Amino acid sequence: MSEAISAVDHDDHSHGPAKGLTRWLFTTNHKDIGTLYLWFSFLMLLIGGVLALVVRAELFQPGLQFVSPDFFNQMTTNHGLIMVFGAIMPAFVGLANWLIPMQVGAPDMALPRMNNLSFWILPFAFAMLISTLFSEAGGPNFGWTFYAPLSTTYAPDSVTFFILAVHMMGASSIMGSINIIATILNMRAPGMTLMKMPMFVWTWLITAYLLLAVMPVLAGLVTMMLFDIHFGTSFFNAAGGGDPVLFQHIFWFFGHPEVYIMILPAFGIVSHIIPAFARKRLFGYDSMVYAVASIAFLSFIVWAHHMFTVGMPLAGQLFFMYTTMLIAVPTGVKVFNWVSTMWRGSMTFETPMLFSIAFVVLFTIGGFSGLMLAITPADYQYHDTYFVVAHFHYVLVPGALFSIMAAVYFWFPKWTGKMYSERLGKLHFWFSFVGVNITFFPQHFSGLAGMPRRIPDYALQFADFNMVSSIGAFIFGFSQILFLFVLIHGIRNGKPAAARAWEGARGLEWTLPSPAPYHSFTHPPKVTDDEAHA
Amino acid sequence: MKQSIKYISVILGLIMAGYGFADELNMPVGVTEISRQVYGLHMTIFWVCVVIGAMVFGVMFWSIISHRRSLGYKAASFHESTTLELAWTIIPTILLVIMAVPATQVLIAMYDTGGEDMTVEVRGYQWKWQYKYLDDDYNQTFSFFSTLSTPKDQIENRSVKGEHYLLEVDNHLRIPANRKVRFLITSEDVIHSWWVPDFAIKRDAVPGMLNELWTIVPETGFYRGQCTELCGKDHGFMPVVVEVMEEAAFDTWYAQEVVAAAVREEAMSKTFTSEELMAEGKQVYTTFCASCHLENGQGIPPAFPSLVGTEMMTGPRDEHLRLVFDGVPGSAMQAFGKQLDAVQLASVVHYERHSWGNKAGDITQPRDVINLNSGQ
Amino acid sequence: MANAAEDSSVYYVPDSGWYPIALAVGLIIMMMGLGSYLNAMSAGESNSLTQSAIGFGIVAVVLYCWFGKVIAENQQGLVNSTVKQSYVWGMGWFIFSEVMFFAAFFGALYYVRVLAVPWLGGEGAKSMTGDYLWPDFEAVWPVINNPSAAVFPGPEESMVAPNISNWLSYLPFWNTVILLSSSVTVHWAHSAIKAQNRRKIITWLGITVLLGIIFLGLQVEEYVIAYNQMGLTLGSGIYGSTFFLLTGFHGFHVTLGTVILFVQFIRSIKGHFSANDCFGFEAASWYWHFVDVVWVGLFIVVYVL
Ligand code: HEA
Ligand code: HEA
Ligand code: HEC
Ligand code: CUA
Ligand SMILES: [Cu+2]
Repeated sequence: MSEAISAVDHDDHSHGPAKGLTRWLFTTNHKDIGTLYLWFSFLMLLIGGVLALVVRAELFQPGLQFVSPDFFNQMTTNHGLIMVFGAIMPAFVGLANWLIPMQVGAPDMALPRMNNLSFWILPFAFAMLISTLFSEAGGPNFGWTFYAPLSTTYAPDSVTFFILAVHMMGASSIMGSINIIATILNMRAPGMTLMKMPMFVWTWLITAYLLLAVMPVLAGLVTMMLFDIHFGTSFFNAAGGGDPVLFQHIFWFFGHPEVYIMILPAFGIVSHIIPAFARKRLFGYDSMVYAVASIAFLSFIVWAHHMFTVGMPLAGQLFFMYTTMLIAVPTGVKVFNWVSTMWRGSMTFETPMLFSIAFVVLFTIGGFSGLMLAITPADYQYHDTYFVVAHFHYVLVPGALFSIMAAVYFWFPKWTGKMYSERLGKLHFWFSFVGVNITFFPQHFSGLAGMPRRIPDYALQFADFNMVSSIGAFIFGFSQILFLFVLIHGIRNGKPAAARAWEGARGLEWTLPSPAPYHSFTHPPKVTDDEAHA
Repeated sequence: MKQSIKYISVILGLIMAGYGFADELNMPVGVTEISRQVYGLHMTIFWVCVVIGAMVFGVMFWSIISHRRSLGYKAASFHESTTLELAWTIIPTILLVIMAVPATQVLIAMYDTGGEDMTVEVRGYQWKWQYKYLDDDYNQTFSFFSTLSTPKDQIENRSVKGEHYLLEVDNHLRIPANRKVRFLITSEDVIHSWWVPDFAIKRDAVPGMLNELWTIVPETGFYRGQCTELCGKDHGFMPVVVEVMEEAAFDTWYAQEVVAAAVREEAMSKTFTSEELMAEGKQVYTTFCASCHLENGQGIPPAFPSLVGTEMMTGPRDEHLRLVFDGVPGSAMQAFGKQLDAVQLASVVHYERHSWGNKAGDITQPRDVINLNSGQ
Repeated sequence: MANAAEDSSVYYVPDSGWYPIALAVGLIIMMMGLGSYLNAMSAGESNSLTQSAIGFGIVAVVLYCWFGKVIAENQQGLVNSTVKQSYVWGMGWFIFSEVMFFAAFFGALYYVRVLAVPWLGGEGAKSMTGDYLWPDFEAVWPVINNPSAAVFPGPEESMVAPNISNWLSYLPFWNTVILLSSSVTVHWAHSAIKAQNRRKIITWLGITVLLGIIFLGLQVEEYVIAYNQMGLTLGSGIYGSTFFLLTGFHGFHVTLGTVILFVQFIRSIKGHFSANDCFGFEAASWYWHFVDVVWVGLFIVVYVL
């Protein structure tokens, strides 16, 4: 009661944050929660990255050196899980929290308390998941795709905790997406029509729908697993009339949209940064929106391209091959529009722009290998080799992860009121760019030469590629320590930033002072044509 | 921006160099009609991507170089063009349709499993393959297991790695050249995947379900591949080795194996000495059991129990036999009754009961295994 | 000074509070407890649900406080129409996510009935599976004899609907009738709110809750029959698996819906609802209609077809 009344008293929206730890535990503020999400995801990037480094260290040379095969599988599995669910997704949600209310001219997220809940579920869920690595029988070791029956009948005990952790992450994502949808649909400033919304808002609106549609399916899937493991059902067991392949269909019905969940917000980010540094409006805004919508739609009908080798009937193979190939078209529209935005701009190359350009190039390379994978007969040769690993790291690391880094540099002045050191930022970029290519480019070759994924040891002809790849991984890893340093250095020693920190930046968030006030817009701002759809 | 151009050209150069000079960097062309077609698809789509990539990146880097503010370039103000949007929607679509046609043709050819000259069942186990040769009615004529033969010493870096490190097995699959061989693929436990890159065939082995594949190999020789679906701890250690033989040589071998199978059948009623059993048992143990219970019987507790000095080793012999025969459902301990014949089962149990300090003091004969099952 | 209570263009941002973090703590305690319980259960070791119950208790208490506060805020007039609209979107899309949760189970049922079971029985595109691996298995739905009867002994009977003339003695039919009528009664309660007829609101809501409870009672009865008389269990192969998961999770949602409606019942006794301010009730009734629609789908594909 008294709290509610104090809420009335304080409702002038000018009060600052509470002090101390409780600020972070109890907060309902979108910026605080965004900050929590971002730091959490950075921590997960480091943990997931260290697991990847264990993998790369073991693969540095043929033979078993550091870890046992089973532990190796645990590393691979948890690396994938932590990167996908712990690093990339929460980072995007953090960005959504920080940016969406500012970009649509709202005071905060639509459902602030639930927002806090969405976040705080995550650290607990991951703590539970990671703690299983230290249990006697070991953590999950069946790949991030956890195919049954390896993950049911043949799984270690920790699979139960894995399932419950997935449930919790799912609940968090669903609440997060509901919040984002409600914010976007309900809290836009007057005049901010849908077709004037900034691209980041658009991409997140569509991403939120993807999440709402597929996270519950994942929850249903792990529930079936739980029942197969503990209650004797036979969903994934042919002896009882089920089918292990059913697992894969449901998983990839979730899993494929999931990979677009990890790239659509990246498209949004890049669509802000490129116009800002080309000093030219985004080319083809409308078709950009339609392209994202088409990608999202197509993402629901391509799932079985991950399953070309399971032995589907021919008609199924053909259907999924055609639909998968089609995705190249709307994605191409995006790439062409970015390039046209740069065309005859007046370009400068600050750190966010460097990351964005690298994004466009390297994501496209990853997309090309994706298209190759879509050719079913060829996929028989690529499937479950390092060619696939190369493909998805190209779209995920210099794709999703670079876009997040670009976003952090781009909005850093708005968040902290300080400028990071451009020199250090560029250094970070070049190390990351070189490192990422040294790590993942050779994997195309080891894959084509026939090296399967998820193996702790390999035949001698793959040795050179693996050594190069491992060296790259350590370079890339170290450059992320540099990233941390650049950020802290910027927060502490950065020069004060102007409200419009980048001269070419457009959008409502740049009309607010830097750092942005605790509650973004007390009164709905006027949406001018100039600040609309940046 | 010169630097990034340098990197891009290095990358592209690497690709070109790769495809121009070293086969090792590319997908194997393989030795079958299908594998050559697959290689063709792979190269076509690759060049489509390279050309599109060169165009897109070309335009981009052109503007990066020449439309720079540091050169005083002023931004233009155009920001849409329906014509362009249509063009870059329609042209890629057409390209993809053109690409889809040959892909469809190859795929249809791959699905044509009928008209085979012979059939082999391929069954995946944690972590080995079983090959069963079937007659025209799909009845087994003979079968054998194929297990990694690379010594532990090489894997653990105690000795020099051989030429076919991790790609060698004790018994390899043999098929005749120039005949259409059909494979029925399934699994006993988890999902595996059977892959021979040079034939461009790969198919998952799904427990309880059956997949079909076929190949006609014109060239004799050894072809090596690996299991390509994560199947647990030793997923990296279950290679596929196929020998394609001259037809006549194959037929001779086949006839011999059929006879040998009959001889083994007879051995089931023989009585063995303890030494014979120990020798055979050691071999069976090393191939089938040591991956989990280890060479010294200590296992890797708690996942894989030790077999040293436990109750089972000295307790009633039939219980021991029963356990190995039926396995422990829901655990990694498989039902070896399905994999081993009576001689092997008897000898491995005898071996376990009299090794590593275990002294059961009894003897186990093949007929005990047979009685175990007929008795109930 | 901008104030949500007075100025409708101002959005009410609630103050920070401990509910969310407490809920998260309760949730993790519950989940950890549940995980240990399940693992011990499957290993045949001694187990206990105490920890889970404690976690659940925390969750329940926090939810009680949280919703109580939301209601209080509304009564203080802090919640303007924009905030209410956010609640509407929130509930609407939450129900959509629930639909997708059921879609996974319906999809699984579709897959096994249309593809997997025929293949195992030697029909369709992968007929070799049945011919070669399961020569004795015949593809009929419901599956009474499983491919491996040793591992999964099948049920003796299934729950499939008899001829329509015999539906009067068919329990799921009555469950359908009950659930459909409850959708109607909850609608009447809504009309009563619009008409501001307090007595009618209470009556119709009360009846709806009662119907929900009867439905659940009958479903328990059905399960008892399945387990004790038909040998139909979770372990009796794919038919039992799909049957119990679909009906079970539906039943679980009915339970939730009944609890939510019961809360609205109490609130209606307290006189919380007015003709244009009854979102709590409306959300509950949408949820109830959703549960109802799922049941109709379920009745058709699980029982009738
Ligand atoms: C961000 C994540 C992301 C993104 C965006 C993509 C994008 C695509 N992916 Fe990828 N994919 C993954 C993440 C992602 N993928 C992951 C994680 C896996 C492995 C999962 C696992 O097994 O663990 C995977 C696996 C995977 C497979 C399965 C491989 C196998 O296991 O055998 C396939 C097969 O079709 C595939 C295809 C594609 C395609 C066609 C696209 C397309 O969207 C790409 C479209 C883009 C372009 C084509 C480039 C730009 C376009 C142009 C410049 C226009 C003109 C071009 C042409 C007409 C050629 N992906
Ligand atoms: C979603 C995003 C994502 C990201 C960002 C990454 C990032 C990286 N990934 Fe991975 N990866 C996946 C998603 C991702 N990955 C998935 C889904 C799989 C499939 C899993 C499966 O098969 O089930 C996979 C699998 C996978 C494999 C295949 C494993 C196998 O098949 O056995 C490899 C091997 O090289 C690999 C490597 C790397 C490396 C080197 C990085 C690097 O970019 C990481 C860099 C980051 C750091 C290194 C951390 C920062 C540095 C420090 C904390 C300081 C300490 C550093 C030093 C001591 C140097 N990843
Ligand atoms: C893939 C791993 C694996 C292989 C290969 C394997 N076992 Fe086992 N074995 C196990 C596991 C796991 C158990 C424990 C089962 C349980 O009780 O849950 C076990 C249990 C046993 C036991 C019972 C031990 C006891 O005291 O209860 C015996 C005996 C045994 N195995 C013999 C063998 C023999 C003989 C072979 C080879 C022919 C073999 N095992 C191969 C994994 C394996
Ligand atoms: Cu068998 Cu991997
Ligand atoms: Cu995909």
